[in-house]
Amino acid sequence: MSNILVNAPKTARRGAVIEIKALILHPMETGFRPGPNGRLIPRNIIERFTATWNGTEIFAMDMSSAIAANPFVSFFAEANESGTVVLRWTGDEGFAVEERVAIAVE
Amino acid sequence: MDRRRFLAGTAAVVVLPLAPAAATPDAMAEAIRKVVGSATLTEGRVKLEVPPLVENGSTVPLSVSVDSPMTVADHVKAIHVFNEKNPQPNVFSARLGPRNGKAIVGTRIKLGDSQRIIAIAETSDGRFWSGGADVIVTLAACLEEST
Amino acid sequence: MTRRLLVVGLALVFAASYAAAQVGTQSGADKRRSGYQDMGEALQKMQDDDTANPGMLFVQLGGQLWVKATGAADKSCADCHGAAAASMKGVAVRYPAIPSGGDLPVDLGGRINLCRTEHQKVDRLPPENRDLLALAAYVAHQSRGLPIAPPEDPRLEVFRQQGAEIYRRRQGQLNLSCAICHDDNAGRKLAGIAIPEAHPTGYPIYRLEWQALGSLKRRLRNCLVGIRAEAWPLDAPEYTALELYLMERARGMKLETPAVRP
Repeated sequence: MSNILVNAPKTARRGAVIEIKALILHPMETGFRPGPNGRLIPRNIIERFTATWNGTEIFAMDMSSAIAANPFVSFFAEANESGTVVLRWTGDEGFAVEERVAIAVE
Repeated sequence: MDRRRFLAGTAAVVVLPLAPAAATPDAMAEAIRKVVGSATLTEGRVKLEVPPLVENGSTVPLSVSVDSPMTVADHVKAIHVFNEKNPQPNVFSARLGPRNGKAIVGTRIKLGDSQRIIAIAETSDGRFWSGGADVIVTLAACLEEST
Repeated sequence: MTRRLLVVGLALVFAASYAAAQVGTQSGADKRRSGYQDMGEALQKMQDDDTANPGMLFVQLGGQLWVKATGAADKSCADCHGAAAASMKGVAVRYPAIPSGGDLPVDLGGRINLCRTEHQKVDRLPPENRDLLALAAYVAHQSRGLPIAPPEDPRLEVFRQQGAEIYRRRQGQLNLSCAICHDDNAGRKLAGIAIPEAHPTGYPIYRLEWQALGSLKRRLRNCLVGIRAEAWPLDAPEYTALELYLMERARGMKLETPAVRP
């Protein structure tokens, strides 16, 4: 089950600058919070978010514990060619999730 | 206010855990130095937007926009955001390029307290630009005492 | 630490000065305010944009669970109810309600659990379980924008009265009732935040404080902690009674699920 919401246009004019917004379900446990037993809850965060357009990286973000739970990221991209945008989140505890969005450029 | 009520309040305060170690303006300055190195940091071109007063520090919408044509010859390579009072000074570092068209990045961050946030942009000519904002973090009433 | 001190301090000042506050700001239905209206622009935007509202992640999860067969009966919600967009529209605005064959009111989560035990033949989900909240959010989301419309079931009246009584009863070390904050002092500030009128218009809500979705029950427990009262056990009938009263009090207001709140 993927729990990711992506907002990107399905079609775009060639050369248009489009906004891509993405939201993913993740606790972003900081590692600085004590649990009920008084010990720190181990850190469990997404460390890196990347976006590729037809395989070329167009955006990347290194995240820290200061990114809010259920991370939201928005960025822009120039629509140069039809293809697939792959959004990828990786982090602690082997977390690795991908979401693909097809964008037709006219 | 009667004495019993006052004591009840005091007791409630005493059992709360101490805040964890926090970053300091010095730690933030050090983190910024690591990114900027010996280059000069110029104030300007970077607009950091956060609500001036946030109702809860756990999810603060933040956006950074940099005045840049975002061409191959002249673009923003990276945007870094720092804070001075969270346990760590780094918030995020984003890599951008001419393919972005606009140098605007949005996310949501956690802020442990009212503080100053600073964003730094590295442009393709190797220069560094900064912009900041002050945030007042209030606290919702009637919180969950989970710790 | 200092902010916590401030909160407790202000709560105490507030407790001491409530007597000065005068009766009812509520003079007509039109003046009622959803907590949405007391939020800053940034949070309103977060709620309004379906790909920015973190509650929508749980609605999405609920939609996935809706069509997933489970239990000894190997049935999904959809196997009985079909597409939620049609079958669940207008359901959440009627809850809590008394299920057929029962005599006690249940909230939406309780109703989902009845479906699990009776039709899917699977265990109840515990209170505040993520899947239960997600299903409740998915069901309630189908009623977004509809006016709250508690059922005209005379059997509910006694429970609603209990809820009203609890709402006005002073409790806790601060000796406050719900009504003192949410009727008499609604709109005034407590620790820098406007005191809401406590209309349950968007549950389950994504509360930033929780960084997660939560039920009205969880929110009411936060209130009880706030007034230094002992929270009722999670299965206590008090919560449903209060919810019945609050939903009646919010009759006609529009459902916002999933609402975002600080």
